[in-house]
Order: sequence, then structure tokens, then C-alpha cells
Amino acid sequence: MAKITVCIGSSCHLKGSRKVVEELQYLVKTNKLDDDVELGGAFCMGKCGAEGVSVTVNDKYYAVDPAKVTEFFDDVVVKAVNEEKKA
Amino acid sequence: MNRFDTKVQYLKYRVLREVARLAWKDKLYDKMLDIPAMIVPGKTPTMRCCVYKERAILNERVKLAMGGDKSNHNVIEVIDIACDDCPSGGYEVTSACRGCLAHRCEAACKRGAITFDHNQKAHIDKSKCIECGMCSKVCPYSAIINLKRPCENSCKVKAITMSEDMCAQIDNDKCINCGACVYQCPFGAISDKSYILDVIDLIKKSNKNKKYKVYAIVAPSIAGQFKDVSLGQVVSAIKELGFYSVIEVALGADMVANKESLELAEKGFLTSSCCPAFVKYVEQQFPDLAKHISSNLSPMAMLAQYIKNMESNCKVVFIGPCTAKKAEYRKKEIHKLVDSVITFEELQALIDSKDIDMSSLEEGHLDNASYYGRIFARSGGLTDAVRQALKENGKESFPFNPIVCDGIEQCKIALLRKSKNLLPNNFIEGMACVDGCIGGAGCLTHGIKNKSEVDVYGKEALEKNIHDAIGYLGLTDKK
Repeated sequence: MAKITVCIGSSCHLKGSRKVVEELQYLVKTNKLDDDVELGGAFCMGKCGAEGVSVTVNDKYYAVDPAKVTEFFDDVVVKAVNEEKKA
Repeated sequence: MNRFDTKVQYLKYRVLREVARLAWKDKLYDKMLDIPAMIVPGKTPTMRCCVYKERAILNERVKLAMGGDKSNHNVIEVIDIACDDCPSGGYEVTSACRGCLAHRCEAACKRGAITFDHNQKAHIDKSKCIECGMCSKVCPYSAIINLKRPCENSCKVKAITMSEDMCAQIDNDKCINCGACVYQCPFGAISDKSYILDVIDLIKKSNKNKKYKVYAIVAPSIAGQFKDVSLGQVVSAIKELGFYSVIEVALGADMVANKESLELAEKGFLTSSCCPAFVKYVEQQFPDLAKHISSNLSPMAMLAQYIKNMESNCKVVFIGPCTAKKAEYRKKEIHKLVDSVITFEELQALIDSKDIDMSSLEEGHLDNASYYGRIFARSGGLTDAVRQALKENGKESFPFNPIVCDGIEQCKIALLRKSKNLLPNNFIEGMACVDGCIGGAGCLTHGIKNKSEVDVYGKEALEKNIHDAIGYLGLTDKK
């Protein structure tokens, strides 16, 4: 199971964390990955200055542009899920 | 010094600041006895009969800043030696009485308590007077005044009486911890206990938030409290103190409004549960109505619960306008969620104890809640939010008929009517403080602009609807 944590603290909220969360929830569902991905939240990851919403995938940090959630999902999340499956 | 409404607040602040300053440096127990002389140096008294009495009282204030009398469970305490034993004779005729012919006072008095001497000047027979105040109202010279003590006057639940030695005393079974007397006593003889030392300890032991994270959750009434700096700078200052992150309690209010609307639609009648002083009042004075109190946690506890579900190893400190919150968090079930509570007064003292210059700080952010969660800070806001939540939850057909009770006196009237089945409304918004939370005793200021500043803060929220603010939060529900 890949663990995705999205920051919903004030800075990231203003940068669009709601959009990131809602799109990830949608993508996980439509790609039928409910059993492979665990979505969670956090209040602040200490990177308020970063361009983009703070997200970690299996504890690896990413700054995600809310306009490019689909790309992030394909490039990072799906990859992480596939790697886990291989392992 | 216009950060506070009164000099009493300023004095309390100075004590808190010095106590905090020493506590950060681990020097409190060596130096706490020096604090009174530090604040009142020299030999010329400025507040009382002599500097020794001033210092003795300051010693008591130091004690309160350190948590107060542990044997008294009430978070509100009287400093006996600071009580000036104000006159409390009730209605009295002053020398402004001109001995007129009209004698409106006599006509107004239904008890025949007014007599006249050979100069036609009025006198009040105390054995007959019921202190209705009618004589005072009709006197064209305003010659009849009420010598009720400010503390007793402020205490609308009648928890304050006079002890045998004339000192104010609080009936803990009646007190609702609202702090009205704390704010009103002109001698600062009644004060709320402070838990700033607990907060400093939490921050220090967190080892810079590595051992555990310390979250500050801030009540929406903070809008407009810090006059010379922006809210964003206050947020940055809170982080400078050593808190890991700052989250707005208005988000908890959104959660409460959402649940409250569903509970109301299901039960048909409800009172709010946000204000701990109101809840305590209902439980103490109207126990039969206690079953109607919403089963929701307060926004403070609701948000703290959410944070703790998300992160098991963390501490949560509430920062707000309220002394009754100090009593709320000390309840066993709430203490698991909220680790400590401080007021805006105490926040100011903490910030200054570390010599943080707020005006030089960058803008921090405080944005999670919707407009509706934020306006909880003022009277009527909760009702607006529940109305909105009913709409968002598709319960528009529910015949919402709220009564907004602004201050504990209005709460009392509504509850009395409900107890006699004479209340036409089906929802009671109960706020113990007049104007709502912005009228709280722990506020720095109580200006007339505070209400509009809360509304402005509300409108600045990124999220306009309650469901937008909380809809996606389910992602953090632990499986």
C-alpha cells in the first residue's frame, strides 16, 4: 500500500490543497486503486515556502502544482503503487 | 499603552510577561520573589496606600500567573487583599437631591420606601427597598445612584456575594467561569488562573517539535485583537514562540455547524454547545433542559480531536478570548484532546516575554475554515452557520426558528421560557458574553469595531461554504 499524505495546513490550503486532495481521491477511485493507496492528511510539513502543495508519497517529498495533479498521479503515485506490487 | 482596555489588564500582562520571561530561562523559582519589586520599584505608591501593599498584591498575581490556588478548582479567583471592599449599599440618595416638589421618586416607588426630611430631601428606607431602581430612573437630577459593586453587577448569574469581612467571594456552584467580573473589577481583584507555565513547558519539552509537535489552535475572535500588526504577523509570532503550526478553530466551528444542523433536524429542538459558560449555566440552573444541549463537542475540542486523530503524538494549545475555556479543557474528557488553554492577553505576554517584534515578522497564513466557521466569533454567527449547514445538507424544509441569545441574561430568559414550554423557537444560540466571543474576558480589547473585523475576517476566507471547508477532510479519518 502506497501512503500519500497531503498537507492541508493554512499555506497549502491557500495554494490549493483541497483541489489536490479531491483530484487524488477521484483518480484513486477511477483507477480502482482504493486498496493500493492510503490517502492521509497533515497540518504543515514545514515547507510553507515551496511552490506547490506539499505531498509525500511513502515519505518522499513532492511539491505538487494543483493544476497538474493528473501528471503527478501518473508519474509518481502509479509508479509507487507498481513498485510496491513488484516488491 | 492602548493595547489593552484598562490598566488592570496591563498590570496583569506585566506580571504574566515577567513570569514567562523567567520561565523560558529556567530562572522562575530563583527569581519569582523579585517580580513585585521589579514592577513597583522605589517607595512611592501609584496604585494603593503603600508600595508594600502593592507588592503583596503583585505576589498574589504572580501566584495566579503560575496556576493559582490548586485547592480551588474554579479557574476564577478572588485576590482578597486586592479587593477594595467597595461600598455596596444599593440605591442611595446623593447630595444632588434638590428637595424638589414633584417627588417623582416617591410616586415611582411601589414599596413606599421613600421618605422626606424637613428640607424635602429624599431618603430610602432600606428595610422596604427592593432595589428595583425605579426611583433612580425617574429623578430629573440623577440624584439617586446604585452603589452595587461592579463585580456583583457584572455577575448576571449572581455567583458573587460579600464575605463577612466585606471581601468579594465567588459561589463556585453558581459561577460559570465567564470572567465578566475579571474584566469589570476596577481593582483587578478577581482574576483568571493562568496556565502559561504549562504551555512554556510543553514547548520546551517538545525539543523544537522533534519529540512531539505542539499545535496552536486560534479562535476566530482573534481578528481585530492585535491592532498594530496584521493577523499574519501574529501567526508568525505564535510560531516564533515555538509552536509547530497554527490552525484556526473556525475550522472546528465549520465541523460543529455541519453536525449541529443534522442533529437539529433529527431532534427538532436543540441548544448550542459551543460556549462552555452557557453549557455550565444550563447544567447548573436548568438541569431538566440539559438533554437538549447539542451533543457536539465545542469547536475547540472538535478541531483538537481532528488533529489528534491525524497525528497521535502531538499537543494542542487553544488560544482564545475565553476564561470558561480554561474550565472546559480541565474536564477529563476534553483534557485528552486539548492540552492547555491561554487567552489573547496571555498570548501578548508570551510574545513579549520573548521580545518578539511582531511588526518585523513576515506574514504567516491562517486559512482553513469557511466564512461561516469564522463568524462564530460574534453573536448570531453560529445561527447563520447552522442555517447555512441545513441548506448545504439538503434540510431546507426544516422549519428553522432560532433565537440568538446575546449574553447570559438573554440566555436565562430563553431558557426560562423553554422550561415553561413558552418558547416558540426550536434552536437556542447561547453565548454567555455580550456580543459573543469577541466580548470574552480574555480579549485584549473590546472595541465596537471588533464585530465588523470578524465579518471582514470571515469574508477573507478562501472557502465560502461549510462543505467546501470540511468536505475533503474525511481523508484523514483513520481506518
